[in-house]
Amino acid sequence: MNKPVALAVAEIPADSDFDGAPATKVRGYWQSVGYRLRHDWVTLGFGVIVLLIVLAAVFAPLIAPFSPYAQSIIGRLKPFGWRGHPWGTDELGRDMMSRLIYGGRISLMMGLVPVVIATMIGGTLGVIGGFAGKVANTAIMRTMDVFYAFPSILLAVAISGAMGGGIVNGIISLSLVFTPAMCRVAETATAQVKNLDYIEAARASGAGTLTIIRHHVLGNVLGPVFIYASSLVSVSILLASGLSFLGLGVQPPEPDWGLMLSTLRQSLYVDPLGCALPGIAIFITSICFNLVSDGIRAAMDVRI
Amino acid sequence: MSATVQAKPYVDGRDRGGAAQPMLIAKELQRHFKVKGAGKGAVVRAVDGVSFTLFKGETLGVVGESGCGKSTLARVLLHLVLPDSGDLVFDGDTVGETRGISVADLRRQVQMVFQDSYSSLNPRMPVQDSVAFGPMVNGKSKAESRRIAQDILVKVGLRPDLFGPRYPHELSGGQKQRVNIARALAVGPRMVILDEAVSALDKSVEAQVLNLLRELKRTLNLTYLFISHDLNVVRYISDRVLVMYLGQVVELGPAADVFAKARHPYTQALLGSRLSMDSSKRIESPPIVGDPPSPINPPSGCRFRTRCPHAEAVCEAEMPTLGQWEDRSSHVAACHMTNAQSGHSLAGTA
Amino acid sequence: MDGGMVAAAPLLEVEDLSVQFVTREATVNAVSGATFNLKAGEVLCLLGESGSGKSVTLRALMRLLPGRARVKGRVNVAGQDALALKGRALQSFRGGTVAMVFQEPMTALDPVYTIGQHLTEMIRRHKGVGRAEARAQAIELLNLVKIPSAERRIDAYPHELSGGLRQRAMIAIALSCGPKLLLADEPTTALDATVQIQVLILLRRLQQELGMGTIFVTHDLGVAAEIADRVAVMYAGRVIEEGPVADVLRRPAHPYTAGLMASTVHDQAPDQDIAAIPGSPPDLRRLPPGCSFAPRCSLAMPACRQGFPEPVFPAPGRMARCLRVADVLQQPVGVHA
Repeated sequence: MNKPVALAVAEIPADSDFDGAPATKVRGYWQSVGYRLRHDWVTLGFGVIVLLIVLAAVFAPLIAPFSPYAQSIIGRLKPFGWRGHPWGTDELGRDMMSRLIYGGRISLMMGLVPVVIATMIGGTLGVIGGFAGKVANTAIMRTMDVFYAFPSILLAVAISGAMGGGIVNGIISLSLVFTPAMCRVAETATAQVKNLDYIEAARASGAGTLTIIRHHVLGNVLGPVFIYASSLVSVSILLASGLSFLGLGVQPPEPDWGLMLSTLRQSLYVDPLGCALPGIAIFITSICFNLVSDGIRAAMDVRI
Repeated sequence: MSATVQAKPYVDGRDRGGAAQPMLIAKELQRHFKVKGAGKGAVVRAVDGVSFTLFKGETLGVVGESGCGKSTLARVLLHLVLPDSGDLVFDGDTVGETRGISVADLRRQVQMVFQDSYSSLNPRMPVQDSVAFGPMVNGKSKAESRRIAQDILVKVGLRPDLFGPRYPHELSGGQKQRVNIARALAVGPRMVILDEAVSALDKSVEAQVLNLLRELKRTLNLTYLFISHDLNVVRYISDRVLVMYLGQVVELGPAADVFAKARHPYTQALLGSRLSMDSSKRIESPPIVGDPPSPINPPSGCRFRTRCPHAEAVCEAEMPTLGQWEDRSSHVAACHMTNAQSGHSLAGTA
Repeated sequence: MDGGMVAAAPLLEVEDLSVQFVTREATVNAVSGATFNLKAGEVLCLLGESGSGKSVTLRALMRLLPGRARVKGRVNVAGQDALALKGRALQSFRGGTVAMVFQEPMTALDPVYTIGQHLTEMIRRHKGVGRAEARAQAIELLNLVKIPSAERRIDAYPHELSGGLRQRAMIAIALSCGPKLLLADEPTTALDATVQIQVLILLRRLQQELGMGTIFVTHDLGVAAEIADRVAVMYAGRVIEEGPVADVLRRPAHPYTAGLMASTVHDQAPDQDIAAIPGSPPDLRRLPPGCSFAPRCSLAMPACRQGFPEPVFPAPGRMARCLRVADVLQQPVGVHA
């Protein structure tokens, strides 16, 4: 006899929500990331600092007490709080505070722009390499490996050296340095997604490669790529400062933290604190970006 | 609108050959995979000369242990994995030939449901979009696709307003599998390949999904290829059964026949390994010993001979053939014991 | 608990075991007040579906849960308070007193060591014997678990063995130090049918020969029927029914057990729907008040939603936590009478 216990087909429908599955709050991925971030006080705190630095850079003309270029032969290398210069002056008598605030503009630009460019180029190449067949993959990835083989700072120095100094050339060289790494991250993420069942299901329902990439791959690759990109910002700031320090990036008299560090270094024994200021600015900015990036990584690392 | 329980004549606007024309004929399908690091020229013979016929309106169960090639077979049938050789005839049209049916057309009529796993649905997509994706890429407008998705979600027993906007991680295993089924059906297929579609589910949920699959088949006139390692489930849902071993078909026949009197020793062993829910009917000694051999370099002759209790010299020398099948009631097995002329001492007894 | 049994001290006593996983967003009640015990030489099957807490219970017994798990209750193994063990004592408890066989030997074995290295390391650590002696014992163990040509296979790496042989090797490692209690977490689920039955029969024989108490976690009623002396059925972190395997599977006392049996595909007529249990198991972050099965239960009454039912003992050695045990027992038998 197969007559089962009276449990049988009761009036309870199969899909009913009595199991306590959340019916009220349906949270998408980005919503849940936002929720986690809102509750992460460390990341929020450092995020505020990053925001302040960015705002200071954007509104530099309104905040800075002096012009960053205004020199004064008498007022050179003055200490903290000297005659209306709260953070002193540099070796040409320019106001340190103003130069640091203006310098943030270039440093942040040098931190963000190469990363954005590298993300776009490297990400695209990576997705193509990850999704395309073996030949395209090999061609793209081996080319990237060639760049990857050099230490990043060395590569940046070499490219900048070959192209000459200046902000634009600095951005180009840093973009070139970051592209292979970005490409690799995107390729790995794509290759992982590519073998999942829902990609096969999409193929089975008749979708073409481009449609599949647009609907099913990009959204899932974006996460890891974004996380990696955010961690590159601080590296980019440091590298750009390094280039400027070596005279390969920003040229005088532009206010740039790396360049300031380089020119002030000769006054190390006269005004040690003043010399350290650009370095401190670089340090704080890059560490804040790093910590925020870490927080974002943790928030995005939701297994869903 | 009569979705009656009685079997109604097979009708579908896309039907070409009529009820007598099989839905799918597989002829000597073969797919080998190269393996790296396992010696020179090592290949996995995942699908090795598989032939069968799938009739319209039936459910063909495919059983076999891991590594027998049943999942590769499913992918070959949809051309997700291209066969090395062999032909596939869908409703009278050879797949991929100029005068036959294109792969794109095949995929509009044959769909696949995967095993529920973390990867069966796009985690970043609300399920209604996952279901609407198929119609959309097949040329339907966005609004139309969404409407189809809503209809199908109702059919699989999920309220679209409640479940449509959810993401996969907000669904239970059973609900996710309903969405997977909905996604396959949204394209409007005539045939559905179910690859271990209920295997990952809990028993209480598995029963719900099996009931749903039966109902959908009835109301939508579907033909199923049901792949599973669970013999009880296959016996319950299938009209006919195909047993695979190391990339080959070893037995094919009506489910009732195969389960009542299996002809191939491997099928007998599989059936003998089924556990009873009655603790007084415990199995005291295993029907066969050892593990299935690796599909790389399978044994010569009959591939089952290394584990077969009746293996003889002829089994090593010659590969047994499955024989001919005429219709739905044919019951054939690839074993020398079924062939009176094979020279096996037990020939003709099976 | 066991009404008619002789009052010998049980090998394992679990009382009111609770395990919570606390994260920033939610608290997951993986196990809530599980109580059961096990005599030496007995096989108890923890039967349940995914999320029922069966595997977490098993890991709690061996103290394998991560630090963020909050474990409460009392676990007594062979006279030792398992939850209080620390350091050295805990190390010799794991492997020495209690051993575990995992579901997936491929991930439970370290791929860079041979089967022999796994075995001899265990033997030397726990027994303090020499290298040659340990190897001899290892070969003996491999013979015990019926691995053919053990002298050759002892030097094989895990990936060189088939699934069935790997699981046998895993069992040999678990047995290497003569544990009093063997914990098995779905050890045959990943195996093919023809291999599963071989391993089950092997485990049953070894358990009888060596007289180990065994806890066997499974979701498969057939496996329970094949190997268990007693079964404890778990649902949403609680043991909701317990008793001798023949009695429970022949005449379940809890509606969930009955429903599970009816919904398991097993010789049902192909033209009939299967009596599925509607709905899905509760969210362990938000357990419903009262009986956690009540929302899916066709026998539920208002009282079921008030509090979790206290244990009732419908027959000697049997326990069920349901207000309607009498009604369930009167139902026609679930599967092929």
